[in-house]
Amino acid sequence: MDELATKVELDRAFTDVYRTHLRDVYSYAYYRIGNHHDAEDLTEQTFLQAYRHFERARREADGRPMRPWLIRIAHNLAANYYRDRSRRPQAPLEDAAIVSDLHRTDALAEGRQELKEILAGVSRLPDDRREALIMRFALDMDNREIARALGRSEGATKVLIHRAIKQLEHDLDWKPYGE
Amino acid sequence: MTWTGSPTVSDVERLLRSALVPVEPPGSLTDRFEETLSELTDAAAGELADWELRAMRDPRNWARPAAAAVIGGGAAGALILVRARQQQRRRQAGGFRALERSVRDVAGDVRARLER
Repeated sequence: MDELATKVELDRAFTDVYRTHLRDVYSYAYYRIGNHHDAEDLTEQTFLQAYRHFERARREADGRPMRPWLIRIAHNLAANYYRDRSRRPQAPLEDAAIVSDLHRTDALAEGRQELKEILAGVSRLPDDRREALIMRFALDMDNREIARALGRSEGATKVLIHRAIKQLEHDLDWKPYGE
Repeated sequence: MTWTGSPTVSDVERLLRSALVPVEPPGSLTDRFEETLSELTDAAAGELADWELRAMRDPRNWARPAAAAVIGGGAAGALILVRARQQQRRRQAGGFRALERSVRDVAGDVRARLER
C-alpha cells in the first residue's frame, strides 16, 4: 500500500508540473517547430517522456525548478524531429496570426512590421542561438535555467545570448527611417 | 525596413520581448493529454497491483508484522478493484454485468496466482 500511496503522490506532483509548465513547453515547441499541429505532438511527446522519468528527475532536481528539464526533453525531441524528417522550421516566426493578435490597431501597423522582421531574423539564426532567445524572451527563463536546459555553463549561455542578439542586429538591415 | 533610427541592443531586446510572446496551447491538446495522463496513471496502478500481488506470493514478505497483513489485505482488495475497473474500461462494455465479470476475472486471476 505504501508503494501505491507513493505512486498517487507522484502522479499528483506530475499533474502539477504539467499544468504549471504546459504553456512554456507549448510555446517552446511552437517557436521551435513552426506550426501548431507539430507543436501539439511535440508537447505531448515531451510530457509523456517526462512522465516516464519523472520520479528520478524529481529526486535529482532536489527542489530546483523542473522547467529546464522539461525544456531539455522538448529540445532533444525537436532535434530528433528535424533529423528524422530532414526539415527546418516552416517560417515559424513569421506567423501572421501571432503578430496580428499582438497588434490589432492601425496605429501600431508600423510596429507590426518591425515584429515580423525581427521574427524572420530569429528564424534564420543557428539553432542554438534561436533556442536561447526563445527561452529567454518567450519563456522568460534566466541564464541559469537556460544553461540547464541546453546543458551548458551559465557563462557560455550568457555569451550565446549576447552573440544571438548581436547577430540579429547585424543580420537585419538596420537603416534609419526613410532610407 | 522602416526603423526610426539605428537601434541599440536594448531596442532589439525590446522587440524580441514584444515578438516572442508565450503561445497558449489549444484546449483540445489539454483535454487530450489529460485523458492520456489519466489512462497512464490507471495503467500504472494496475501494474502496481500486479507487483503487489506477486510480492504477496513471496514467502519472504510474509514475515511482516500482523498489522501489515491486515493493511495488506485491505490494499489487495483495493488493488483488485482498481484492476477490475481498469478491465471494465478496456472492455468498454459498461453495466453491472461487465463489472461483475471483471471482478470475477480478477479474483480468479488472484486465486490462480496465489495457488501457484
